[in-house]
Amino acid sequence: MTMPISKKILFYFLLSIAALVVFAPALMAFVMSFMENKDIMTGTIPQSLSFDNYLKAFEQFPLLKYLFNSLVVSIVITIGQLVLSSLAAYAFVFLEFKGRDMLFFLFIATMMVPFEASIIPNFHIIRDLNWIDQYPGLTVPFFATAFGTFLLRQNFKQIPKELREASQIVGMGDFKFYLKVVLPVAKTSLVTLGAYGFLTSWNMYLWPLLSTTNDTVRTVQIGLKQLQTQEQLNDWGVIMSGAIIVIIPTLILLFLGQKQLQKGLTEGAIK
Amino acid sequence: MGYIELMGISKSYNKQSNVLNGIDLTIEKGEFFVLVGPSGSGKSTLLRMIAGLEEISGGTLKISGEIVNHLPPKNRNLSMVFQNYALYPHLSVEQNILFGLHAKKIDKEIQRKRLEETAEMMGLSELLKRKPRELSGGQRQRVALARAVVSEAPLCLMDEPLSNLDAKLRANMRIEIRRLQKRLGLTMVYVTHDQVEAMTMGDRIMVLNDGIIQQVGEPIELYNKPANLFVATFIGSPKMNLGKAVLKDSKLLIENALEVPLEQMEVPTSLQNRDLVIGLRAEHMPHGSEQHQIQKVEIVNVEHLGNETLISFEVGTELWTAKWLGQWLVQVGDIVPIHISVENMCFFDADTGCLIQEAAFSQKQEVVSK
Repeated sequence: MTMPISKKILFYFLLSIAALVVFAPALMAFVMSFMENKDIMTGTIPQSLSFDNYLKAFEQFPLLKYLFNSLVVSIVITIGQLVLSSLAAYAFVFLEFKGRDMLFFLFIATMMVPFEASIIPNFHIIRDLNWIDQYPGLTVPFFATAFGTFLLRQNFKQIPKELREASQIVGMGDFKFYLKVVLPVAKTSLVTLGAYGFLTSWNMYLWPLLSTTNDTVRTVQIGLKQLQTQEQLNDWGVIMSGAIIVIIPTLILLFLGQKQLQKGLTEGAIK
Repeated sequence: MGYIELMGISKSYNKQSNVLNGIDLTIEKGEFFVLVGPSGSGKSTLLRMIAGLEEISGGTLKISGEIVNHLPPKNRNLSMVFQNYALYPHLSVEQNILFGLHAKKIDKEIQRKRLEETAEMMGLSELLKRKPRELSGGQRQRVALARAVVSEAPLCLMDEPLSNLDAKLRANMRIEIRRLQKRLGLTMVYVTHDQVEAMTMGDRIMVLNDGIIQQVGEPIELYNKPANLFVATFIGSPKMNLGKAVLKDSKLLIENALEVPLEQMEVPTSLQNRDLVIGLRAEHMPHGSEQHQIQKVEIVNVEHLGNETLISFEVGTELWTAKWLGQWLVQVGDIVPIHISVENMCFFDADTGCLIQEAAFSQKQEVVSK
């Protein structure tokens, strides 16, 4: 795109300011995590920066345990979502049965029901299954996602029907076709959905809080909250260092998958 | 007994109106059979029913003497080439070709051998490691053909395989497919909307319109003896010139504009006292010389093709086209003499559109060829 240099400078200036505003809280958290509590409270410029807060965060709380729990929960949810929504999307695209579209719209309609509305029935179910304080209780309720199915369905629909027909002629069954053709062809969307699922489950707060009662399975987001409330006076430096540690995996994932994520999420929209 | 037999095949999607109606057809072993018709005529549906991709609503389908109505595609022992080639984008050419053999769990050694032979035959040996997106249209087409060839199925179905290629490549592939079919002795059922493809490739052609068979026959037969007005206008380029006509005092009055004397030709009783439509091929209207049977017409359009010249003129409300061999430097607006004779005309019934009498000229020609 050609643009006069003055206009370009103006645009970049405005963009930089906007970026700074958006990024400011994270930046502050980052700086605060290296400061002493005294400096944070008084709001003075720190004399020295140190890693003390990070060491404290790991010493005072089972942060590693929390991180491990979060990782397990997020990975299990991601895999569960990928498997279930790709299978469902396959059925909605390649299998023909009566009322398929109707069923799909019903399925999509559940996107309009907020998670908070279903939280009580969900809680009842996992309590009756004795899944409180267990990984299944944390993960299974999130396996079925209307959004994931929708995203993959849009993607699968772009696979020409002739591919399915060609494989029918050589005698390939549905499941084999799903494994050998559909999944590899729709790789981009699967990665996108995976990254998206991982990020949302990593940042989950309300559900882990409800379905866990002790440290053995608590996720890192709850742990962060505990950092805040266990003491009378909040040690902000430690909290912020904890927060920084928590967002690192998310950032890594975002940086690695940025391009794919963007491509995958907009793919269905453009067509 | 034919290799493929269709008996009263019909297809309907909503149980009310039929897409295909009472199709009776026999295709012989080793035959190159072309299904041709305008889009929406049901030709692809018919092909897909033979393949087993589409359910048969009524009638019986037999392949090599066996009723296959409810057999899944894989048990019908056939291969198919699709219009968009249906290549798997994530697999290399080699994997694409072997895809079917792999699915059928054929021995690795045999797979390798067949792959080499086929790749050699199709000129793909250099491209085996490439992905479909790195190939040109013609190469993709070859891979799709190779996939059909490598399966060694005796029956090959093709659904408009050439329509995504440019004109020059299409002409080449026409010949290649034809040669391949003859060399391997395949029974081929080929669907196209392009009458040139149908004429040049088919041993026999079936013309389909609105789900009803219009005519089945050899290309030349369809050209000379079109069973009805639809076939007459569909087969041949430029299309057959048509005009309403009546017989009147030993003269034929066409579109109330042209009067053609009947001469010594005896008028069959079947032509008298009824509304007719006459059909005349463009090449049967040469430049009128000194002889009789000359009409003067005003040119409304001229197309120079180099080896021949297409001249359009109006007859009543119809636009007719004549094909003159060689180069004629005539202009729009010129009045030219043109030779129009009754012996080249096909006569159709104006109400039903069916052929009453074929051109006397073509009857003579058949005698010559025999």
